[in-house]
Amino acid sequence: MTPTLVEGPRGARSLKRSLARAERRKKLRAFALVLPLIVFILLFFVAPIAGMLERSFVDTDLMEAWPETAAAVKAFDWAKSEGVPDESVFAALGPELVSSYEAKSVAGVARRLNYDLSGARSLVMTTARKLSRLDGAPASWRAAILEIEPGWGKPDTWAAIRGASGPFTGFFLLQTIDRQRDAHDNIVPVSPDRAIYLTIYGRTFVIALTVTLLCLAIGFPIAFLLSGLPENKANILMILVLLPFWTPLLVRTAAWVVVLQEHGLVNQILQLLHLTDGPVRLVYNRAGVIIAMTHVLLPFMILPLYAVMRTVPPEYMRAARSLGAPPFTAFRRVYIPQIMPGIAAGSILVFIIAVGYYITPALVGGAADQMVSYYIAFYTTDTVNWGLAAALGAGLLAATLVLYTIYTRLVGGIRGVM
Amino acid sequence: MSGAVTTTEKAWRVVLYVVSIAGFVFLVAPILAIVPLSFNGGQFLTYPLRGLSLRWYEDFFFSGTWMFSIRNSLIIGVAAAFLASFLGALAAIGLWLAEFPGKRFIGAFLLAPMIVPIVIYSVGLYFYFAPWNLTASFAGLILAHAVLGTPFVVITVSATLSGFDRTLIRAGLGLGASPIRVARSIVFPLIAPGVIFGGLFAFSVSLEEVITVLLIGGPNQRTLPREMFSGIRENISPTIAAAATIMIALAILLLVSAELLRRRSMRLQAKR
Repeated sequence: MTPTLVEGPRGARSLKRSLARAERRKKLRAFALVLPLIVFILLFFVAPIAGMLERSFVDTDLMEAWPETAAAVKAFDWAKSEGVPDESVFAALGPELVSSYEAKSVAGVARRLNYDLSGARSLVMTTARKLSRLDGAPASWRAAILEIEPGWGKPDTWAAIRGASGPFTGFFLLQTIDRQRDAHDNIVPVSPDRAIYLTIYGRTFVIALTVTLLCLAIGFPIAFLLSGLPENKANILMILVLLPFWTPLLVRTAAWVVVLQEHGLVNQILQLLHLTDGPVRLVYNRAGVIIAMTHVLLPFMILPLYAVMRTVPPEYMRAARSLGAPPFTAFRRVYIPQIMPGIAAGSILVFIIAVGYYITPALVGGAADQMVSYYIAFYTTDTVNWGLAAALGAGLLAATLVLYTIYTRLVGGIRGVM
Repeated sequence: MSGAVTTTEKAWRVVLYVVSIAGFVFLVAPILAIVPLSFNGGQFLTYPLRGLSLRWYEDFFFSGTWMFSIRNSLIIGVAAAFLASFLGALAAIGLWLAEFPGKRFIGAFLLAPMIVPIVIYSVGLYFYFAPWNLTASFAGLILAHAVLGTPFVVITVSATLSGFDRTLIRAGLGLGASPIRVARSIVFPLIAPGVIFGGLFAFSVSLEEVITVLLIGGPNQRTLPREMFSGIRENISPTIAAAATIMIALAILLLVSAELLRRRSMRLQAKR
């Protein structure tokens, strides 16, 4: 063994090792720069959203106010009953109705049960009030409670209690697809007067799709025209696209309310041109929502379309034409395939933003034009049905994330977004 | 035959121009239409104008509520933009410096605040901030708006960095400069336009954000868009048109500064 033979590979190996170490250190250093933002986003973006989503399936109102009842409901053998339990459950319920009435926690349970079964609020509150006036425990809680309120003998009441007995529930998520569990634990459609959520989802989808298609129809010619112009001219015209883009949303919404109102500019022009006799209703309805949203989202279509169209060399179209393709065929079979990524990216981007829209429909639309986002805010602040707000949010978020994943596949990472 | 083809082509070009011009009018006209109405002497938001007057601007500047809302918007917007620029620029530099596992995913993850519907985020904050006493506070809104602004900073700084010549860093280090010196005298001046551009973007995001303010802002945090929201909803008056005109002027200012920054950074890149 000569020293060179030993030292050669070893030297190479240690060089390789120190190179790898330097490379690893470089990676770590780079990652350390990204880390603060990752932590910031986790702490102030992901955590709040995760906390909200949790409310869509975690349901502990009843469990916390009536722990014994929740346990008894779970222990009871429902298969052998007619949907109404025996004394074992009533004996847990009675004292807890009284104690929760005194601790004032009964209102939360009553509200929660009322989400599921209308009339449950007064049923619970009346029973609790009357029971707390009794002197001493009755011989049979079941008899006593049923005497106060016969509603406790209905399977529906108990189906609601079982659904709310926690700690997890599918109630809110099922409700957002207009479904519920019946007394036999089967998933069934809710009664038609409560089945409103699929309509809301459907409406949201239709509005977003209409706006996307309109943006494509208006944005395509604009982007096409801009891409064919010399760069300095295109940049000047681009200002007309960027000005609305930089103008705050509220300003644009206010502008549309003003322009579209009964005596607004659009109606004046329509009447001047004798297109209509009287004023047309264009605001506080679906037409207004679609017009204003298309305006707000149009730049999001034009910018990616333009970015892709600029990269298409004109030679291909010329080649197609010189090889004898009629203009429309050349356009359809040579040009469109090349800008397809731009069309897809712009459309998905507009659709994603449109699906979550809140402000514009709230200000320009009527009651029948509100989208999912409106109801999420409404159930959070106005009716305080947080579980339902969270469940609707979960549906909207899932749709958004699926679309976003497709979008990033199409445009690829950070570079492609601008 | 070829004559017929060119005629149809000409016809298509005419159609293209007509449709595009209509599109441009659709984009700009409503925004411009509200401007003259803010100088209307009458009290309705309709044409023709009944004389010119600055009374609505007087109302805007001397009513107290609007100035209060501007103050709030500036506090929240500037603080959020600084926070977003700092965190976003660092992250963009990190993403650019080296390849590491999951980089693509991290990139997409950092852009998520731009994509997730703001209502969902705001409702999340509504619950999340309550135990920390951050609802109805400036700190809470600054944090929320900074989160919403960071993706724009990451994007603009990444775009600037993609045109950055890495050999400059090696040259600086090779000539004996410390990494900090290299960062300060080489990297920062070159990416500064991108960072400022991103900061302006983050500021404008904050300046137009109203859903977070509706859900987690208190009466002391009423911002300019929040005030406009109530105004449009309850009683749309010419003062709204005055407020809108001022915000349009601000938007033009931002647009011009952004364009100047873009030109500057393009010049810097062309020079190397």
